[in-house]
This record gives sequence, C-alpha cells and structure tokens, in this order.
Amino acid sequence: MTEKRKTPLLDELEKGPWPSFVKEIKKEAEHNPMSNDVLGILERSYEEHISHWKHGGIVGVMSYGGGVIGRYCDLPEEFPNVREFHTYRVNQPSAWFYTTKALRHLCDIWEKHGSGLTNMHGSTGDIVFLGGSTESLEPCFAELSAEKEDHPSFDLGGSGSNMRTPSCCVGPARCEWACYDTLDACYNITQTFQDELHRPFFPYKYKFKFAGCPNDCVASIARSDCSVIGVWKDDIQVDNAKVAEYDKNGTDVQAEVCDLCPTKCMEWDGKTLDIDNSNCVKCMHCINLMPKALKPGKERGATILIGAKAPIIGGALLSSVFVPFLEMDPESDYEDLKELTEAIWDLWGEHGKNRERTGEFIQRVGLSNFLEEIGLDPVPEMVMHPRTNPYIFFDDEIFED
Amino acid sequence: MPEFERQTDIGPPHYEQFLPEVIKKNYGKWDYHEIIKPGVMVHVAESGDKLFTVRCASPRLLAITSIRKFCDIADKYCDGHLRWTSRNNVEFLLTDEAKIEPLIKEIEEYGFPVGGLGAELSNIVHTQGWVHCHSSASDASGVVKCVMDELFPYFSGEKRLPAKTRIAYACCLNMCGAVHCSDIAILGVHTRAPVINHDDLPKMCEIPNLIASCPTGAIRPTTVDGKQSVEIVEEQCMYCGNCYTVCPACTINNADTDGISIWVGGKVSNSRVAPKFSKLAVPYLPNNPPRWPEVVEAVKNIVETYAANARKHERMGEWIDRIGWPKFFELIGQDFTKYHIDDFTHAGETFKRTAQLRH
Ligand code: HEM
Ligand code: SF4
Ligand code: SF4
Ligand code: SF4
Ligand code: SF4
Repeated sequence: MTEKRKTPLLDELEKGPWPSFVKEIKKEAEHNPMSNDVLGILERSYEEHISHWKHGGIVGVMSYGGGVIGRYCDLPEEFPNVREFHTYRVNQPSAWFYTTKALRHLCDIWEKHGSGLTNMHGSTGDIVFLGGSTESLEPCFAELSAEKEDHPSFDLGGSGSNMRTPSCCVGPARCEWACYDTLDACYNITQTFQDELHRPFFPYKYKFKFAGCPNDCVASIARSDCSVIGVWKDDIQVDNAKVAEYDKNGTDVQAEVCDLCPTKCMEWDGKTLDIDNSNCVKCMHCINLMPKALKPGKERGATILIGAKAPIIGGALLSSVFVPFLEMDPESDYEDLKELTEAIWDLWGEHGKNRERTGEFIQRVGLSNFLEEIGLDPVPEMVMHPRTNPYIFFDDEIFED
Repeated sequence: MPEFERQTDIGPPHYEQFLPEVIKKNYGKWDYHEIIKPGVMVHVAESGDKLFTVRCASPRLLAITSIRKFCDIADKYCDGHLRWTSRNNVEFLLTDEAKIEPLIKEIEEYGFPVGGLGAELSNIVHTQGWVHCHSSASDASGVVKCVMDELFPYFSGEKRLPAKTRIAYACCLNMCGAVHCSDIAILGVHTRAPVINHDDLPKMCEIPNLIASCPTGAIRPTTVDGKQSVEIVEEQCMYCGNCYTVCPACTINNADTDGISIWVGGKVSNSRVAPKFSKLAVPYLPNNPPRWPEVVEAVKNIVETYAANARKHERMGEWIDRIGWPKFFELIGQDFTKYHIDDFTHAGETFKRTAQLRH
C-alpha cells in the first residue's frame, strides 16, 4: 500500500461541478506508486509555481524513432517512482470509437506496465499513456502490439520529425454532413505511411486532419500541415416543405438564414427558398441551422489546404487552399492525395530547414515556386486576392508564344 | 524477454470493429439530427433508425479506474459502445430511448455531468501543464478545472450563449493543441529571457543548433570561463522557449514571472465568416494556484459580456468585428496597452488603415 499524501492545494481542485483531474490521479494513487508520486510532485508545483519535469534523453522502442516522449522529474530522490515518466502515444482508431472490450484490454495493459493515468486523448488524437519507466517500454509495447486472444492489436503513433498520427471527425459514422468517408481516408493514409509515421525522416512534423465538411470539427485548418475538408460542388439539396416548417416553428428564415448568408445568395418568399448555388461558398451556415430541410449537394469531395501551424518558430499560420476540389473516392485508394503528399515531402524533405514546417517553407520559397516544383498550376482560388506589390520576378516564358 | 510476440508498423486497429450495429447499418446514410435536451442528441437515419448520443464532461486526464467505470456503464446501456470527441468529451451511444435517463443518472452520480452540445460551452481542449511538461509556464488541468467550474451553467444548458463558444488552453507558446483559433484562448506565457547554465550547456547542447533555434536571432556564441557557451540579447528575446526545447541548459521557467494571457475572437469553422486567429485581450495575469481567481474572473467576464451583447448566431469574433475593438475593450473594462500592438513580422498588416472610426 502507498502512504496517503497530504495535498492541501490540490484538494481545492476536488471541489466544484466539473470533473476533477485531481480525483483521477488520486484514484490511481491509492494503489499505484507512480501516480502517488505524480500527486506529490504536482502539489510541489502548486506550492512553488513551477514545473518539475525535465526533457531530454532519447527513449523509445526498438526500430521506432517516434511514439514515445521521454520525460524525467528533477526531484528524483524525493519522487523516485517518477524518476522516469515517459509518455506513449498509442494510435487511436478512426473517430475515437471503442468497444468496452478493447478499452478494458488497454486498461489492463496500462495497469500492468505504467501509472494507470491516461489522456483520452492527446491534442494530436492519440490515446496517451501518461508515464512509464524506461524499462517498461519494450514489454508494454510488445503486449500492446501482440495478437492476444481476440483483442485488437494497437500500435504507437508519431512523435518527433515525422508524420504525426492522423485524426478525423466522426464523419459518415454519425454525421449527415460528411462529404467523404473521413474514417476510411484517415485509416488508409495512416496505414500507407507507417514508415513515415514511425521513423523521423522529415525536417519537422507533418500532420493530417480529415474533416467531413466545412464545419471542420477537428480544427484541421488550424492544426494540420495537410487539411482535408469535405465539400460539395453542385446544388444544396432543399426540401421546401421542411423549410416552411422551420419558419413556422420559430426559425426566422429571412433574418437568421438568408440575412446571415455570407454571399447573400439566398431568397425566401415564405414558400420557396431560392439559392443561387453558383454564388454559394459552401459555408454550412444555412445547413447547420436547418438540418432537416437542407443538405450538402451530391457531387462530393474535399478541398485540400496546406500549411497550418502554431506560432513556433515563424508565427502561426492557417492552412491555405492547394487543391480546390479533389475526389475522395475510396475506390481510387486516395491515389491523388498520396501523390500530392509524396511530392510535397520530396521537396520539403530536400530543401526544408531543420524544424521548419511546410507552411513556413512555403512562405520562405514563395507559393508560386512551390507550386511549380510540385507541378500544380496556379488558380485564383489559392489567394484572397492577386498581389498588390509590383516587384515581380518575370521569367522568359512571357515572351514565348 | 517480452512474453508476447511483438509486431511493428501494424497501424491502428480498424475502426469498423468498434462501431455499434446501428452505425454499421446506417453508415453514410444519416438523414438529420436534433438536440433533444442539454447533452443529448438523436441522429435519424434514412432508414428511420435512431441513434442517441449522451455527451458527458471529462477532465481529459483519466484514470483507468474511471475508464473501466465508463465501460461498465456502456455495457449496461449501450451494448458496449462509446466514443470520445475531439474536445475530450465522452459520448455514450445508444438505441433505446428509455435507457437515456438511467444512463445520465448513473454517469452524473459517478461525477461526470452531461452537457456541451450546440450553442453551449463545450469542454476546454488543453495541454499538459505542470502534470507532465517541462516548458509549461503554468498548469493546464487546474486552470481548466477552475474555469469550467465557474462557467458550468453554460455547459449544462442552464444558461445559453449566442453561438458556439470554444475555449482552449495551452501552457506555452508551443501550443500543443493549437489554441490560436478559439473564441477564447488561455495561454501560459514566459516573460523573461532564459537563464543559461554555462557549466551544463557545452555537455548537453550543440551550439550551432541552439543559435539556429531562435526566431529573433537573440542567441550569440560566447566564451565563459574558457568554455564555449552562448549569451542571450535580452531586448531581442520574446520568450518563446524554443531554445529551451532544443537545449535544457537554457531554462526559461521562472516561478515569479511566468503567467497567463488571454486571446479572443478566433474560430476554425467556415460558417458565415472565414476561420481566424484569436487576438490579444489580456496580456498578463499572474499564476495563482490552486484556484487561479484572476484568470477565472477575466474569462467569465468576457463570456458574460459576449452573452449579454452579441446577436443570435454571432460567434465571439463576429460580434467584436461588428462593434469594433475600442468598444470591446471598453465593455470588458480592459486597458489597451503597448502590448496589444503587434511588433513581430508583418505587424503592419494589423494596423488600422482607414478613417472609418466610431466617435
Ligand atoms: C451533425 C452535426 C455535428 C456533429 C455530429 C458535430 C460533431 C462534433 C464533435 C463530436 C465535436 C467535438 C465536440 C466536443 O468534443 O465537444 C465538434 C466540434 C466542433 N464542431 Fe461540430 N458537429 C456538428 C455540428 C457542427 C456545427 C453546426 C458547427 C458550426 C456551426 C460545428 C463546428 C464545430 C467546431 C468549430 C468544433 C470545435 C473544433 C475545435 O476547435 O477543436 N459542428 N463537432
Ligand atoms: S466536420 Fe462536418 S462532417 Fe465532420 S463531424 Fe463536423 S459537421 Fe460532421
Ligand atoms: S452554405 Fe453558406 S454561402 Fe451557401 S447558401 Fe448556405 S449560408 Fe449561403
Ligand atoms: S503547450 Fe508547451 S508547456 Fe504545454 S504541453 Fe505543449 S509544449 Fe508543454
Ligand atoms: S526564448 Fe525564444 S526568443 Fe528568447 S532566446 Fe530563446 S529562442 Fe530566442
């Protein structure tokens, strides 16, 4: 049995209606010495206003360059059970669906080899096993990946300068707006690029996120080097009888739907909703407000945007349009997306600087140069507006005719 | 010797084996959805089949004890199926409407309240903080817990908001989880240049890599007591901590001066207006554990000011764009300071270049 710690500061965080992470740590601290030391060292941080974790040291499992994050505490004498407290990133199933059987299997493995603490899930999408010793890494990974009775085998995700674990929204599994199969695309891309996921080859990380429609529930446009956002090309499907029902039941179709449409391409005369689809920018607003009456069109695919990242190093970027419309048919095995990806990786891999994300690389070399090397033609959808700056680098091709 | 046959590069398990029958049957054939009550929605398939979802809060950090409890509940009410959302909520999936209320009762009694759908406050996505990260300028889970305790009525559906409101938290500028496009982003900040340990540095770090890691070129090679090391030009440092991530001998954590900033008006969805970054509202608040009163107060004030002033369907950023930033600062009672004016690359693009002002 572990001795019960006094944690007067952390105890304050057990109060209130929101579920408490302190209670979670305490649930394991009762029987797990690692979790008990986490409680102790965290209380110390609360007293001293500073983190007691150190980075450094390469740890991992054999033949992988990623998937485990090394972590050590800076008070090993006082908290010997978290002297080493490494994180495993376990590759989650698409859209985070589980059976209780699979979850219990994961819990059993983590009870045996680690702290019993998890993040469900980490920011990149993985199941995070929070805190294991160096010694436990191989046996834990062996047990996770082994074929054991009829339990599914789990693999590690990515960390370091490689492809990071792709993730996706709930998509066609439970959302009527999905314009392509996000779960299948995410699974397919993850499987295809296993080598790039587990072995760092790149200047820095490369993230994929798959969102089924422009609502972008996985924040792909802000958080992925390659954002795949579902969209349609043809007309919004309208059921006018149902629009009228919404109007009758308290939605002011004129004020809430038509007037808030960003391109003002909708008109409502009380009976018929008339949409100028050639001017619709597929923003989802009207569909979000009247899900029973409106649906995305039938000719569906995705917009591919490239280059999002958080601030470090060169400042934050949102992804920008690369391919306005790409078919996402599972039958094609996502060949176009894979070809595009390999072209980007080749170029960035060769010319990118250490710790330079694709978005920063594109800023440095210029989007037009980048497109030329990838072999994509420039299209007006790629920019907010054409350049305003007249310092143009002309080449000879403008004289050819 | 490991006792199991180890495999590599097998990838994640295929998702299909985890889907409930009703999803397998109606995959890609959902017709519409409705929010029935706070935290509960129904998806209706073209076939007429119904799938109910009960969404409950989670602190993201979960003990396996709790996960096993979720499993017991899912076995009892959901034929053994559940999922997590991108904002760390747990979703119980069921087909029998009669089981919804008993499920809610049981999960809430265990300490995990139900809510967070539609124009409500969802869970705060967040990072590791003092629980597990070396470069955290503040704790994460603790701040999130205190903010959510205070804003709980907006999660439970007791109080309404004009539109979806996404709060996100990151404990340093690295922003694992990219909080920079949220209605409200709470961000841990360092405010002093790293302190260099000249004894350890030559042993631990490659000096050219270290110099290259600095976005502003603030790090220069130097010699200290005959050993190669570096110095930091304080005026050039904007405390990003990138050098610390590359070299542990450049400690940026500082118990006295680390703190928290607050950013507003960002979004990721394409609905109505384009995705946008969050902008600085409050430059610095002190770390004040365990209940972080200054941060909780500031976030609550912004949420309530927004709730009282924005129009229906208007996200935080849309509301601010309509009323203008001077009015926003006036309404939240925050002084506008030199820190609110950008001075990094492309800063000029954020200056006002029109005489269209409200007087
Ligand atoms: C069938 C309808 C929808 C489904 C199934 C759905 C699903 C989800 C899920 C599961 C999440 C994670 C939520 C959480 O963890 O609390 C999410 C987040 C989000 N959703 Fe939706 N959503 C739907 C409708 C919408 C609508 C109507 C919008 C926009 C108007 C939207 C925009 C977002 C945004 C911005 C996020 C947060 C993303 C982030 O910052 O990480 N979603 N959605
Ligand atoms: S991104 Fe679109 S398709 Fe995916 S879950 Fe969100 S609303 Fe549905
Ligand atoms: S999707 Fe957006 S742009 Fe298109 S009609 Fe609806 S509101 Fe207008
Ligand atoms: S945001 Fe910074 S401090 Fe927080 S977990 Fe990420 S790297 Fe660590
Ligand atoms: S904290 Fe950032 S800006 Fe300051 S010296 Fe280090 S890398 Fe440079």
